[in-house]
Amino acid sequence: MSTTTAFPGSAERPPKVRTKAPATSTLFDRDVLRSAVAGSVRKLDPRQMVRNPVMFIVEVGSALTTVLFLRHLRHGTLQENLFGGLVAGWLWFTVLFANLAEAVAEGRGKAQADTLRKTRADTVARVRQADGSIVETPSSALAVGDRCVVAAGEVIPGDGDIVEGIATVDESAITGESAPVVRESGGDRSAVTGGTRVLSDEIVVRISAKPGETFLDRMIALVEGANRQKTPNEIALSILLAGLTIVFLLAVATLQPFATMSGAPQNIIVLVALLVCLIPTTIGGLLSSIGIAGMDRLVQRNVLAMSGRAVEAAGDVTTLLLDKTGTITYGSRQAAEFIGVHAVNPGQVAEAALASSLADETPEGRSIVELALQGFGLAAPCADGAELVPFTAQTRMSGMDFATGRQVRKGAADSVRRFLEAQGAHVPRELAPIVEEVSKDGATPLVVIDRVPGEAWRALGVIRLKDTVKLGMRERFDHLRTMGIRTVMITGDNPLTAAAIAAEAGVDDFLAEATPEDKMALIKREQAGGNLVAMTGDGTNDAPALAQADVGVAMNTGTQAAKEAGNMIDLDSNPTKLIEIVEVGKQLLMTRGSLTTFSIANDLAKYFAIIPAMFAVALPQLAALNVMQLGSPRSAILSAVIFNALVIVALVPLALRGVKFRAESAASVLRRNLLIYGVGGVITPFVGIKLIDLALSALGIK
Amino acid sequence: MSWQAILQAGALALALFITVPPLGNYLAAVYGARHGVDRAPGERVFGPVERLVYRTMRIDPRREQRWTAYAASMLAFSMVSVLGLYLLVRLQGSLPGNPGHRPSMSPAGAFNTAISFVTNTNWQWYAGEVSASHLIQMLGLAVQNVVSAAAGMAVAVALIRGVVRAGTNQLGNFWVDLVRTVVRVLLPLCLVFSVVLVSQGVVQNLRGDRVVATLDSGASTTQHIPGGPVASQEAPKMLGTNGGGFYNANSAHPFENPNPLTNLLEIWALLLIPFAMVGAFGRLVGDRRQAKVLALVMAGILVLITSLASFAEQSGNPRLNALGVDQSMSIQQSGGNLEGKEVRIGAAGCGLFAGPTTGTSTGAVNCAHDSMTPLGGLAPMVHMMFGEISPGGVGVGLMGLLIYALLAVFIAGLMVGRTPEYLGKRIQAAEMKLLTLYILAMPLALLGFAATAVVLRSAHTYQAGPHGLSEVLYNYASAANNNGSAFGGQNTATTWYMSTQGVAMLIGRFFTIVPALAIGGSLAAKPKVPVTAGTMPTNTALFAGLLAGVAVIVAGLTFFPALALGPILEHLKL
Repeated sequence: MSTTTAFPGSAERPPKVRTKAPATSTLFDRDVLRSAVAGSVRKLDPRQMVRNPVMFIVEVGSALTTVLFLRHLRHGTLQENLFGGLVAGWLWFTVLFANLAEAVAEGRGKAQADTLRKTRADTVARVRQADGSIVETPSSALAVGDRCVVAAGEVIPGDGDIVEGIATVDESAITGESAPVVRESGGDRSAVTGGTRVLSDEIVVRISAKPGETFLDRMIALVEGANRQKTPNEIALSILLAGLTIVFLLAVATLQPFATMSGAPQNIIVLVALLVCLIPTTIGGLLSSIGIAGMDRLVQRNVLAMSGRAVEAAGDVTTLLLDKTGTITYGSRQAAEFIGVHAVNPGQVAEAALASSLADETPEGRSIVELALQGFGLAAPCADGAELVPFTAQTRMSGMDFATGRQVRKGAADSVRRFLEAQGAHVPRELAPIVEEVSKDGATPLVVIDRVPGEAWRALGVIRLKDTVKLGMRERFDHLRTMGIRTVMITGDNPLTAAAIAAEAGVDDFLAEATPEDKMALIKREQAGGNLVAMTGDGTNDAPALAQADVGVAMNTGTQAAKEAGNMIDLDSNPTKLIEIVEVGKQLLMTRGSLTTFSIANDLAKYFAIIPAMFAVALPQLAALNVMQLGSPRSAILSAVIFNALVIVALVPLALRGVKFRAESAASVLRRNLLIYGVGGVITPFVGIKLIDLALSALGIK
Repeated sequence: MSWQAILQAGALALALFITVPPLGNYLAAVYGARHGVDRAPGERVFGPVERLVYRTMRIDPRREQRWTAYAASMLAFSMVSVLGLYLLVRLQGSLPGNPGHRPSMSPAGAFNTAISFVTNTNWQWYAGEVSASHLIQMLGLAVQNVVSAAAGMAVAVALIRGVVRAGTNQLGNFWVDLVRTVVRVLLPLCLVFSVVLVSQGVVQNLRGDRVVATLDSGASTTQHIPGGPVASQEAPKMLGTNGGGFYNANSAHPFENPNPLTNLLEIWALLLIPFAMVGAFGRLVGDRRQAKVLALVMAGILVLITSLASFAEQSGNPRLNALGVDQSMSIQQSGGNLEGKEVRIGAAGCGLFAGPTTGTSTGAVNCAHDSMTPLGGLAPMVHMMFGEISPGGVGVGLMGLLIYALLAVFIAGLMVGRTPEYLGKRIQAAEMKLLTLYILAMPLALLGFAATAVVLRSAHTYQAGPHGLSEVLYNYASAANNNGSAFGGQNTATTWYMSTQGVAMLIGRFFTIVPALAIGGSLAAKPKVPVTAGTMPTNTALFAGLLAGVAVIVAGLTFFPALALGPILEHLKL
């Protein structure tokens, strides 16, 4: 038990109730929308468009129809020109809508990046030289290894580790959390981030990141999606979409010879319209927005993913490694009971426990004091002349030496036993079973001993420290299990304690008495079995495991090494969030799949709209395929084109928000999504095209 | 459909139910056995034969190959086969075993024939009985009937190994798979089946044409009746889903298909191995429900298409109905559309044969498909356009459906929120690239050549109107899917058709097999992801529906415009 002042680090903090992500409210934020409209026009640049083959084809088609429309303008009838113009116009809209979707998704990140950028303003760093003198340097000119002195009220000039001192730091610029955090040299709380402000005390920071490559810079680049790269799964899907596009290109290109042979050669505008309707524009147009929005959903949960690849991997995770303390349990073990050994009654144990815990400032120590005072009505012992014995690494016990010469001590069961044996004192036979009993329940036993001058040390009894499992954890693990994700609890506790907590929390497995090496071995073992592993960590000794895990979420309060090793950083430092991260990853993939299915399913109706319309004049028999009874050939084709464009807009909110996520087995998710997006995708366009056709006919398009 | 047709279909289904599972188990044992470690059934008989072949061919049966070597071996074997067959038919006129004095083929004709038989297509631009000598039939065509089938089965086995294995780049040894298939599977089955066919009256001799005087006793009324080694070729023709007939009339000819029993047996034979390969797949992947799903999809599409064909044919021609012609089935007539049918087989019987023969890349026929009603003709055409997966050619049919399964898994797998996986193998960019190549090959060859053919004046050998488009579409669908059945009525014995169909056959065969082997190689290297509740199940009825849906939608979206102007328009014009 540590005697250093315990600050409310991540482990002790109760899980933060996440305020509802403002996803929907900012979805069509006016400013974002305005710049997105401008952005969608800028994105028409063919050099940019060519990165998205599906939409590039639409752009080429739009340009082609526009040229044909203009060339034909003088000879055409009003209806012909109206048709040509409208098709060309709506094809351009199709491209613009897709660009708009992407721009809106990017816009939301840009707004965030702008806020961050303000905190990156150049500051003056006071660099301490080898001789101890201070030289003022602009923060942009810092080098790795420089030692900067930062006093209260100053902004930390760059990322680094505190090498001297302790300070409270306001990190709200990055985390949005207004409560200051404590950072100190040494240990796992030494990392500071450039751009944050020291509120009290003075520290010396060893700079660990080059200017321009700091955490803040990376964060800005990430939320902005500046160098966004396609993720593996996105690439695979793009290949499929490109393949489908080629197939439809082939189908439409060969249709002209067949049509000519059948005596019904087609207008090129009509063929382009058919092609655009068939190629998967819905998913093609929304694919990148889905990816950006997925990253954005994480950012809104205050998680920074270093790559889209990590977000995707989160969806694939099959094993979650969760630290017991702080993640599964509140981490603050509370005294629950005093048990006397042999003839000692609980009251006597409580008295000794109280005395021995006065020096213990940890939450556990305080809870012992509290239980003794309130549960047993004891008064604080007179401390006059008494000496508090703090916990040390050597004795591993804390206690009190009374003025009377009486000594009381308490400590972990095995250290006390060793102490007694070393002192040649008698270890009562009843002690071991009590200790074991307490451990088995998942509680931690502390043994209380005392010595009256002239006598030997005597074991009084056991304090039962109970760790409480967070509310709702069992349900979350049940959900994870239905989703096919196994949870493994990692703890330093002994196997008995670990087993009890594991059973109470409902995890699938546990790793007790875990060392960093054990953890690493476990990850490798899981991965060798084909599992994808996610874990959280904050300490430097977590770094190798974080790097090895497929999804390694580093706590923002953690060390620089941990943050470097992980592929995500949780700014709230809330380890429970791992579960949400997995959900976001799954949702991302589900959205892609659902819209792909919808997009392909849509084609059926489009065929039934366009094919009979194309041949209505020359081959009237094909009118039998006009099952929607569309008004005229031109209105039919136009309706399909308009539907195709509007459906992109209609699905933008879905693409940005993601499809509804429920914790269910894959089989039931498939059944539901197949029904909504597959069957729904077949039916929707029949209705939509018919309605648009009715509107067009009413407007006089013949 | 007539009740006779339903009865026949029922008998066929029963025969398959009884025979497919044991053959599937046998195939799994043959392919699952490691050389020198496991003893495959029949080792005592087949072992020495195989070892002799390995020794003479200098094959080390213990050495396995990566996918590249496997594919290279398969391609080399096919290329040598094409070359050999090409030389045989080119030199036919000067070779022995030619009692009927058949002349050598033209270069284009020989090119087409050589490719046709090596790719398991067995497209015949010529009339078999007057164009191929006995030597060619036996040494060239019958041999290819067996080995091209074996090559297809070997490839499917390599793909299965890719799915089953983890963390390796070895897919087995092509030569071993080839030899095992020939020695342990095809030759024994063919031997038995030939004898059964002979017992039913299928011809088997080595004589030249028999010249007989007809009943019409004029001086010049003699008839040449060609005989030959028919039964020995008929067996691999059906069992190996080849379909190249000894006679031009194929299985409508009484010497090839003399009675109702042989008719049923021939349909049974062409479905036997394709379905048994699925059974073997289930055994080899260790989950027979996975195989059942695939078999269900195959059978579902097969039944649907066969019913459509039979129903359309039995319903007859509406134009004739309008003229007051009685086309109904009665005690005096089998009824239905009898144009181009053997009366003993009938309209429904034609459909019952047309479905399986086009679902299996066999291409044998017992009626003239060109003479079917528009819907009746649409059925086998669409059946081929699905990519020969119901149940497809021996081996390659399973391969094709597995590819569609990967596609279905990819689309649907994303919907459950995980990187899609099939049988524990993640489907990622590398597989999607290859899969796209696979999916593109057939439509490219089919639509590309068909569209060119209708533009070229020199290729204008088809009829006018939508039926002409149906002919062109059907014939390229047949070539590009390695089916080999013909929509007659169009002369395809021109240089254009002989060469482009040859190329289409090559594309349809090798531009699918090579990507499929590459997929196998890529999958074999991957670790196996354990199955959890988060894994999309691929052994459920829902997945069967999804898989069938994907297959139908992909083919439907690709070919609907062309079909609308061909058979659909023709039907609507009736």
